[in-house]
Amino acid sequence: MLDQLISSLTDGLLLGFVYGVAAMGLTLIWGVMSVINLAHGPVIALGMFGTYLLFTHLGVNPYLAMVPVAGGGLIVGLVIYVIAVHRVINAPHLSSLLATFAVNMIIIGVGTAVFSTSPQNIDYSLGSVEVGFLTFPASRLVGAFGAILVTACLYLFLYFTRPGKAIRAVANNRMASELMGIPSSRVLALSFGLGTMMAAVAGGLIATFFPFTILSGGPYELKSFVICVLGGLGHPLGALVGGLLLGGLEGLIPTFMPVSWVPVVEFGLFVLVLLVRPSGLFGAK
Amino acid sequence: MKAWQKPGFWLPLVIVLVWGGVVLLIHQDTMRETAFIILMAVGLASSLNILLGYTGYVSFGHIVFFGLGGYTGFYLLSAQGWPLFAAAIGGGLLSALIAGLVGLAVLRLRGAYFALATIGINEAARAFVSNFGPYGGATGMFVNFSAYQKYGGPGPALWTTFIFLWITTLVVLLVSYLVKHSRFGLGLLAIREDEDAAMVMGVKAPQAKTITYVISAFFPGVIGTLYFFKNGNIEPGDAFQLHMSIEMLVMVMLGGMGTVMGPLVGAVGYQWLRGYLLTSPIFKDLHLAVAGAMLLVIILFVPTGVVGWVRNHVQRLQKVLE
Amino acid sequence: MKRFGIGFAVVLSLSLILASLTAPSGAPAAEKTVTIGFTASQTGKLNVEATRQINGLHLWVEQVNGAGGIKLPDGTVIKFADKFYDDESKKERVQELYTKLINTDKADFLISPYSSGLTDASAVIAQQYNRIMITAGAASDSTYKKGYTLVYQSYTPASRYLTGAVDILVKLTPKSKKIAIIHENDKFATDVVKDLRKYAEEKGFTVVLFEGYDSATADFAPFINKIPADVDAIMGGGHFADTTTLARQLYEKKINTRMIALLVAPPEPKFAELGDACISVVGSSQWEPLAHFTKESAQKEGIAWFGPTGEEFIKAYKAKFKEDPSYHSAGGYVAGMILQDAIQKAGSTDTAKVKAALDAMDSMTFYGRLKFATGPKDHGLQVGHEMVYIQWNKDQQGKPVKQVVWPAAGATASPFVCPAR
Repeated sequence: MLDQLISSLTDGLLLGFVYGVAAMGLTLIWGVMSVINLAHGPVIALGMFGTYLLFTHLGVNPYLAMVPVAGGGLIVGLVIYVIAVHRVINAPHLSSLLATFAVNMIIIGVGTAVFSTSPQNIDYSLGSVEVGFLTFPASRLVGAFGAILVTACLYLFLYFTRPGKAIRAVANNRMASELMGIPSSRVLALSFGLGTMMAAVAGGLIATFFPFTILSGGPYELKSFVICVLGGLGHPLGALVGGLLLGGLEGLIPTFMPVSWVPVVEFGLFVLVLLVRPSGLFGAK
Repeated sequence: MKAWQKPGFWLPLVIVLVWGGVVLLIHQDTMRETAFIILMAVGLASSLNILLGYTGYVSFGHIVFFGLGGYTGFYLLSAQGWPLFAAAIGGGLLSALIAGLVGLAVLRLRGAYFALATIGINEAARAFVSNFGPYGGATGMFVNFSAYQKYGGPGPALWTTFIFLWITTLVVLLVSYLVKHSRFGLGLLAIREDEDAAMVMGVKAPQAKTITYVISAFFPGVIGTLYFFKNGNIEPGDAFQLHMSIEMLVMVMLGGMGTVMGPLVGAVGYQWLRGYLLTSPIFKDLHLAVAGAMLLVIILFVPTGVVGWVRNHVQRLQKVLE
Repeated sequence: MKRFGIGFAVVLSLSLILASLTAPSGAPAAEKTVTIGFTASQTGKLNVEATRQINGLHLWVEQVNGAGGIKLPDGTVIKFADKFYDDESKKERVQELYTKLINTDKADFLISPYSSGLTDASAVIAQQYNRIMITAGAASDSTYKKGYTLVYQSYTPASRYLTGAVDILVKLTPKSKKIAIIHENDKFATDVVKDLRKYAEEKGFTVVLFEGYDSATADFAPFINKIPADVDAIMGGGHFADTTTLARQLYEKKINTRMIALLVAPPEPKFAELGDACISVVGSSQWEPLAHFTKESAQKEGIAWFGPTGEEFIKAYKAKFKEDPSYHSAGGYVAGMILQDAIQKAGSTDTAKVKAALDAMDSMTFYGRLKFATGPKDHGLQVGHEMVYIQWNKDQQGKPVKQVVWPAAGATASPFVCPAR
């Protein structure tokens, strides 16, 4: 029983790191511009496909492919911001929700037309790792490291570079930043791009674990909502902790009840947190 | 001027009345199938509009009431042997009850938080029903074919279901109009514009919102029962589709939220477009993308929807298009 | 007078021209095209199996039309046309599209989509509009317990799908006691494991784990972690995509057990792409190229033979599609053959007459025996056909190869216990 518990917990936590990266993108966008990016899921799926295409057609190592995938994610984010979000940034929340959702539908629609919904797989196996009685695919471990690396890079960027500081300034008080000479539109676009970049990288990492389709982003988007609310919307660190929390829960719950109850608990918890403490663990912005 | 003399009142009702009448007269199966899908869309969009259009609260997961009501109605039909009409009302009542209970808690949230909460409720409901034995669990429930004999065979049963849906849609449109033009509705519109100011002025916002939520949940429950009876089976995957919920939203926004005519126009327009795209070989895969592009254009440039735009630009039609 | 003459000439010429345009082209018998309607999961998670099924069906249409169609006693020659749409592996599309096939495309007969879930949705439509439907790729028994009278099954039902795996387990490891079952939460797999569990418990096994997973599951770790370390067999799965992922993840987690028996995926040649993860996996199949039902064996049992031999089917399929057929391909082909046999025996395309022929059918084909239940409780259920079991092994070059291991009568190799991982 204890063996099973530790095994499940390990699996869940390793996945939780990657969930955290995905959620970080969402929470960053929320924190900076109070927009909930409903195109989050499809961008994750695009990251999956980006890695898959680079690996299958150009033979690029899936982990090295993270770099161009990240770049692609950034560009996609900038485009989405300019086309859909910029005009409604100051409008009521409904507008930005629906605008980003419209982008979601467009990406899924075009993606289905191009890739169809048949499952794809990245046939790149690093073998299995055995630590004592635990066995898990090495790709999970590498994925977790990748997630930590990306988080570290994000923090370095936000705290030690000029654009990063500008982003934090705009998140803090947009009007004051503008008065101080920060071009807020460009900063907002960059933040949005960073958010989608994290989503794309998370997608790429997930693609090395599981098969996927253009629709696979959906469940991770839902998980990202849960994680962001758990950790507090607007706090990247909160998102990472929330991700580990969710991953751990997903690993632990099946030990005590049928696996099919996990979504009930997950979403029940989600609604409960929203009602009782919407600011989450770390407090929302 | 009494309500029934205003064109804004009887225009949507007459349109649906005449259309249903024509379908019944010609008595052709394909026509009935198309009309069923469109009337269902009108009913669902109008129900959502009662909440979204009048109070401004965005329910992203509204389909949960279609699913829960549909499941309950279906259960009453197949496991308990209730007649269709009673089962549909039963389904609607359960949805209304859940809305009342959940609404008291969830409607305290504002804006994006409320939207996210409704998504969470929909997903939790789906996962719960997947595990709920009496409702068939993950493989759902089905109607034994002999159940259709109660209505004179599958053919007459399908026509009966259509007639019930037709009547339900008429009732939704009626209720939508009555709510909008009542004192109660005025309070809702005030909540939409500025909830805090409305409360200061004496509008009992929490109760008003909950009542609206309950009304907007009843009809999807009824419609759900009718839809799944027609299909002969129900499964968790069919009953709680988030993407159907979003389509409801698109239809309301396309037509014009906050109007009675809006959801009707939006539903008909969207379903026509969808039907065309799905059977055209070029666009078959792109129908979601086209719908998305349409939604984006509306949000960015025409947020009041078709009806709203026409009302703003053609003074004379303001009395006609409510 | 002259005008009358010219007028008469004009009328005569026009009538002659009209008559020549509408006269039959000279063929002595009337030709009738019967439309067969179906949906196929050309995209979506069922696309691998569904593509094989429609390939088989298309091969049948081509062959029957190429042989000159079916000649009815009244001289009419029946040729077949097929009309199909992509259902994207989605249930709501199935119901919309079958309604369209019947009402707009005027399909006379229907073939089911692939998979029990989708077939269940389409059967209701077929019955509502009084059209005969031959189902392929649909094993779930529950479809036939709903009071339908026009739906006929070509696959062995789910209740007899994996029970042979228990028999193999008993023979290989008589002392084994524990079985873990992980199955897809859909109609097909649920029906299979319900009867599998009953059968296993009757034979003295304890089912230590019995859990269903959502069809869209990609992460099986939570389920695999629940398997006790000393379990003797792991059985279950669902459809090709998820079962393959389950098999792969069982290998990645180095799960050690005596037998792994899974649904649908192992008999598919594509399963070999898993490499080492597929070795020793057992699967049950509706038909294998190595199976040998022949005219002679039919004569011996006194059953009528119909259709081509196994070799002829394999050859024609390979020539047209450049790949080996799997049992899904055979299923699609057989569905068409059943219709052909019934129409020929009925001598008409009238629904009631064809239904009577189907109810009376008892034929042997390269695919096995075909006979339908006709009682009210399970009308249309396939009662003549049985499963064969395969297992993957390595050949001399180290490449994965499939062998028939059960029943012993038709086996090409003996079953073996899973090697340690």
